Amino acid sequence: MSAQQHAAAAPVGGDLFNATTLICGVLIAVMATVIVVRLFFGLGSVTNLNDGYSWGLWVVGDVFIGSALACGGFSVALLVYIFNRGEYHPLVRPALLGSLFGYTLAGAAITVDLGRWWNFWHIFWPGYFNVNSVMFEVAACITLYIIVMWIEFSPVFLEKLGLRDVRRKLNKVLFIFIALGIVLPMMHQASLGTMLVVMGDQVNPLWQTPLQPLIYLLSAITLGYGVVLFESCVAASAYRREIEVSMLNPMARVMLGIMAFYLVVRFADLAVRGVLGEAFKPTYIALTFWIENASFIAPFLLIGSVAARRNPARLFLAGIAVMLGGILLRLNGFLIAFDTGPGWSYFPSVPELLVTFGIFAAEVFGYIYITRRFPVLPREEAYAQPARS
Amino acid sequence: MPKTMIDERSDERSRRHFLKGCVGTAGAAVAAVAVSTTVEARDTYQRPPEALGLLYDATLCIGCKACVAACKRANDNPPEFSTSDRLWDTPLDTSGHTFNIIKMYRSGTMATKDDESNGYAFMKTSCMHCADPSCVSACPVTAMTKDPTTGIVAYDPEACVGCRYCVVACPFGIPKYQYDSPTGKIGKCELCRHRYRDGHYSACAEVCPTGATLYGRTSDLLNEARRRLALEPGSVTTYPRGKLNDGPDQSYEGLVGNYQQHVYGETEYGGTQVLKLSAVDFEKVGMPRLPPRSSAATSETIQHTLYGGLLMPFAVLGAMTYVARRNVHHEDDTPADEPVKEES
Repeated sequence: MSAQQHAAAAPVGGDLFNATTLICGVLIAVMATVIVVRLFFGLGSVTNLNDGYSWGLWVVGDVFIGSALACGGFSVALLVYIFNRGEYHPLVRPALLGSLFGYTLAGAAITVDLGRWWNFWHIFWPGYFNVNSVMFEVAACITLYIIVMWIEFSPVFLEKLGLRDVRRKLNKVLFIFIALGIVLPMMHQASLGTMLVVMGDQVNPLWQTPLQPLIYLLSAITLGYGVVLFESCVAASAYRREIEVSMLNPMARVMLGIMAFYLVVRFADLAVRGVLGEAFKPTYIALTFWIENASFIAPFLLIGSVAARRNPARLFLAGIAVMLGGILLRLNGFLIAFDTGPGWSYFPSVPELLVTFGIFAAEVFGYIYITRRFPVLPREEAYAQPARS
Repeated sequence: MPKTMIDERSDERSRRHFLKGCVGTAGAAVAAVAVSTTVEARDTYQRPPEALGLLYDATLCIGCKACVAACKRANDNPPEFSTSDRLWDTPLDTSGHTFNIIKMYRSGTMATKDDESNGYAFMKTSCMHCADPSCVSACPVTAMTKDPTTGIVAYDPEACVGCRYCVVACPFGIPKYQYDSPTGKIGKCELCRHRYRDGHYSACAEVCPTGATLYGRTSDLLNEARRRLALEPGSVTTYPRGKLNDGPDQSYEGLVGNYQQHVYGETEYGGTQVLKLSAVDFEKVGMPRLPPRSSAATSETIQHTLYGGLLMPFAVLGAMTYVARRNVHHEDDTPADEPVKEES
């Protein structure tokens, strides 16, 4: 293993009240209001959902895209614990924290979207659940994964509370939860792709393939690294810390490798099924297809060389490109290239957008609160302490 | 240089673990795929032998919409308005409160009925009661079920979580949700299964004045459909009304339409229990072109291959646990207030 000794994680410290957290608080309050209206007057009162597009921003955006963007914890754990690359260890906690919030809030969001939410427990109840249903697999896996992640992350709280005995006992069995924390997201991120299969020809052939589980899984792993690039750069700039380029550089190379494999699978599938022609028709579907794939190709140009990967700005841009590609892959399959016949259209309503903003705000606020008060980010040298302005 | 040697050895060891882990994972995955594929591949389901259904013959339909009104009454559904005076029940499509509707195809001058150009035609929109329904496969909580005897695709609101995967999955756009209610349900045709107890059958077929909608066993209905397709257009034949092969004879004599030589629903997605005949191209009257293999079969084959008996998840989990256990010594971030210990 690498000879370097990591700095232990430590709370960043500092004030919880600032412009960012205040804005987050307002957005969260607005979200809560919309949710109350939805609970009393039904989905139609706040959303633009219809029977042609019964899944809108809350499902496709908050859950499908939100959970994929929350794959950082899973992707980094895969690198550290399975591929035994201990040098990335300082990235584990911050990445896991992002995932924890992403998934927990995605789980909360889906509950608001459920038309008959008081029956939610049926998904786990023998006699009700249907093992043939892709939705069952996804719902069960995501719920389990949220629990597993809180256990994986709990050492952070145990450290803070000084519960060393509990922490030591948990450490002995933590590897089980780490393994679960890798298998569960592999399962449901793949199944999110399978979700499209039963919809048949309603989904444009560019996104309708039995290989969808592999495509979604590979893209989710890539997305995980992309988000870590993005988050690391944002956290470093917001807290005025050093960017961990020495770790991000080789991690970005791993990301490029998986992404190359992804692109080979994606285009080989289109070629074998003989539907590549769809991508060259003069339609907005073809356009969005190329924007999606250009986003996956752009990082090769941005951070293809070792020198380029030392440039934080390029790492940041590559992270954004990968995120955009992953977002579009999901948006295209479930909404943009999803055609339920003439007469149907959908664009999220303002209240729908406000809920999504509220969820994002809750994630940002949670990240700020936890990193300032709990040992998550690596301890910094004195010169890089948060500056007072 | 003993220090270097130790480093090299530990490096070598971790590499060996890594390779072992990879081989183990791959081996387990391959074995699991091999086992589960042979066991779980799933064919498209066929209609049960006693399946019940409808035969809708668009050439007989006069667009009176008696079936639309009867369906509303039978299912206790409220009227839906599309005109500003809000006087009449005028739904433009099926919805969470409208399970059956007659739609109109229009072309050019609309001079002749059942003419594709410069003509018009009718088409019924309601649940097709698929042999292998996407909605039943999609539903995570078994709220959508297919009766093993009658083949009726039924909905249970008490089980439903309202995820609306059925709405998204159905190729005909049939299950629909009641967005206007905080306790909205899915609404769809259940072939009036709640009226069988009183000796009734599907309300739409009961009231149809021309026999355009006919109720019966799908196997009988399919024979009747084939009989009509074999007739000479313009010749005279007998058309049953209401219920096929049962009950009082309500048949009458009428002219044979200029049919498309296709029984819609005979093979689509493995077949449907509601069958349709039309003089106008089926895609033009809103019936999608569907392959004989159902998407439910494809979807469930993938699911069973990956997760059948949970073989593969447990194989991968086993491999991951094995590898993670060896590598977890990286979890060496001792609490900040404890002295940092060196580990190899």
